[in-house]
Amino acid sequence: MINDYESIIGKGLIDELWLLAEHLKGKSVQNINSTAVGGGVAEILNRMIPLLRELGIDAKWDVIKGGEQFFNVTKKIHNALHGAPEEISSDMWDVFWTTGEQNSKEIPCTADIVFIHDPQPIALINQKDVKNNKWIWRCHVDVSHAQAIVWEALRGHIIRYDATVFSAPSFSKPLPIKQFLIQPSIDPLSDKNKELSRDVIEEVLVLYGIKNDKPIITQVSRFDSLKDPLGVIEAYKRVKRYVDCQLILAGGTASDDPESANVLQKVMLRAEGDPDIHVLLLPQNDIHINAIQRASSVIMQKSLREGFGLTVTEALWKGIPVVASAVGGIPLQIKHKFHGLLCNSIGGAALALKQLLQNQEYAKKLGENGREHVRQNFLVTRHLKEYLLLFLSLYHTEDVIKL
Amino acid sequence: MNTTDNSFIFYSRLHLIELTGIKASNLSELLEHLRTVPGSCIYHHTHHFIQRHQYLSPEPANDFAYWASESLGDKQLGEELASMDPIAYPTIRLIREAVIEIIEKALASRERLKKLTVPENEEFTFLKSTSFIFPTQYVAHNLKEFIEGLSNVSISSIYYHMFEARLRLERLTNDFSNWLASSLNEKQLALKIARLDPYTHTAEGLRAAILKILEQKQ
Repeated sequence: MINDYESIIGKGLIDELWLLAEHLKGKSVQNINSTAVGGGVAEILNRMIPLLRELGIDAKWDVIKGGEQFFNVTKKIHNALHGAPEEISSDMWDVFWTTGEQNSKEIPCTADIVFIHDPQPIALINQKDVKNNKWIWRCHVDVSHAQAIVWEALRGHIIRYDATVFSAPSFSKPLPIKQFLIQPSIDPLSDKNKELSRDVIEEVLVLYGIKNDKPIITQVSRFDSLKDPLGVIEAYKRVKRYVDCQLILAGGTASDDPESANVLQKVMLRAEGDPDIHVLLLPQNDIHINAIQRASSVIMQKSLREGFGLTVTEALWKGIPVVASAVGGIPLQIKHKFHGLLCNSIGGAALALKQLLQNQEYAKKLGENGREHVRQNFLVTRHLKEYLLLFLSLYHTEDVIKL
Repeated sequence: MNTTDNSFIFYSRLHLIELTGIKASNLSELLEHLRTVPGSCIYHHTHHFIQRHQYLSPEPANDFAYWASESLGDKQLGEELASMDPIAYPTIRLIREAVIEIIEKALASRERLKKLTVPENEEFTFLKSTSFIFPTQYVAHNLKEFIEGLSNVSISSIYYHMFEARLRLERLTNDFSNWLASSLNEKQLALKIARLDPYTHTAEGLRAAILKILEQKQ
C-alpha cells in the first residue's frame, strides 16, 4: 500500500503521488521485458506494477519469449552494449530479429503507453504504426562505450520511440529523440529490504551453514564475469592475511543469462580448499538475501561493468558499509569516503576492505550516510513519482507544465 | 499563492530531468554552450542541488562549481563559481550572465585555465529540467491554516514558494512573505522568513525554521 511508505518519506510526498496520478487516471501502461524473475528490471517491475495500479493507472506487464539461441544473442548484445568484445554474426542477428517478430505477433501492444525495457524486446516498436500510442524505451544498460556495430544495429529501432530513459547522464548516446534521466530504486518494504529480526538473520545463516564467528564479506550478484567474482575472491584472500574473515558469494541465475553456469564453475574451482569461502547458489528467496546482507560486516560489488548496481543500493539502505567499483551507476550512489569506499582494482578493493574491517566506527559512519542517501534518492516512491512525470511528459511539449 | 479571496494555495513543483546530449570538455566549450543552451539547462544546474541538499552531505553549490573543482581540477574557479548565489538573481538570464562572467574573468586572468581539459568521461553533461507545477490540497485563510499547510506539504512545495517565486515574479521576494505581508499584514514575519538562507538549512531544517518563526507569533 502506498500509504505504508509515509513513515519513511513523509506525508507530503505521498500526497503528491496521488495528485499526479489523478492526471493519468484511466491511462493504460504496458511494460514489456525479457524475464519475470532475476535481475534488477524484473525486481523493479514486480514492485512498481501494483503501486501504479493502486494509483489508478491500468499497468500491465508482459514478458517476451525466446529460446536458448535468442538469449545467447541477447546476452552478447548486452555485453557488447557494455563495451565488451563480442562478435555477433548475421545468423545471430537473424535469430534476434525473428524472435522479435514472433513476440510481436503474440504480444499486442495496445496500451496508451508502451514501456519497453532493455534491448531484448526492442523490435516490438514495429507495432507502433498500428495504434497511435506512445512508446518509451527504458535502457538499463550503460551504452556509452557500446560497440559501434551493435549500437547502430539497434539505433534504427530506438529512434522510432517517443522517448528513452537512462539511469545516468553518462550512460546515454546522442539520439534525435527525448532522453530522460531516471535512476532505478529499491523498495524499502519488500522482502529483500525490509527490517529483519536478529533471530531471522541467525536462522538463515544456520540454514546455509555459516557461523557468525568472524567478520563476513559478501557479494550478492548473478554469477556473471562482469561482476568479477574471481576478483572478489582474490581481494578477500589478500585481506585474509591480516584479518580473519569469511567470504560469501551469493547469487542466483536469471532465465535470460546462459553464461552463469560457466562462471559459477570457475568460482567453485577458485574457492576450493578454503572453508571460509561460501559460494551460495540461492533460490529466489529475498528474505535469505536480505538476511545475508544484514549479517555482513562489509558488502562488495566489484563489478567490471555495471548498470546502476541495485545490490549496492540494497546494501546502503541496510546501513552496511560498502566497497564497490567506480563503474556504471555506482559512483552516483557512493561519494568516495562519504557513503562508502570506491575502488578500481583488486588491490584497491582489498585495501578498502581492510580499512573498513579494522575501523568499525568509520565503517558505521559510512553505513549511516549511505542509508540516508538512499532514503533521499533511491527509493521506489521517488522512482514512481518520476515515472508518473514521464508518462505525463509524453502529452506535453513545453518545459514548464502546469497541471 | 494569493487567490482573489486572499487565501493561500500551496503549490508544488516537481522535475523530470532530460539529457540534452550537449557536453563540454574544457572551459571554452563550456562557455560556448552556456551562451546557447535553453534556460531550463541553466535552471537545472544552478537549482537542483538545493532540493538535493536534504541532509549533511558534500553537495556542491552548483554543478558548474563542482565540475570546475573536481573534474577540471581548478579549486579556485570552483570556489568562485560556488560563491555565486543563484537565489539572489531574479531571472535565469541574469544567472546565466553571472556564470559566464565568472568564467570569462577567470580565463582572462589565468592563462593556465585555457589549457585545462577533463579526462575522458568527465565532460560536463548539460541536463535540463521539465517542471510540473500543480496545486496541493492545502489552502490557508489565516495563520493557523498556513502553519498546518506548511507542516504537511512536501519540501518541493516549500522550495517552490520560497525560492522559485523570485524567478517567477522576477522580484526579490518569496510567496510566503508576500502573502503574510499583503493578506495578513504580518510584515515582521514576512521579513524574518525572507531573510532565511537556504545554504544553512537542510530541507527539513528549513521547514522547521519557518514554522518556528510562525509559531512564535501565535
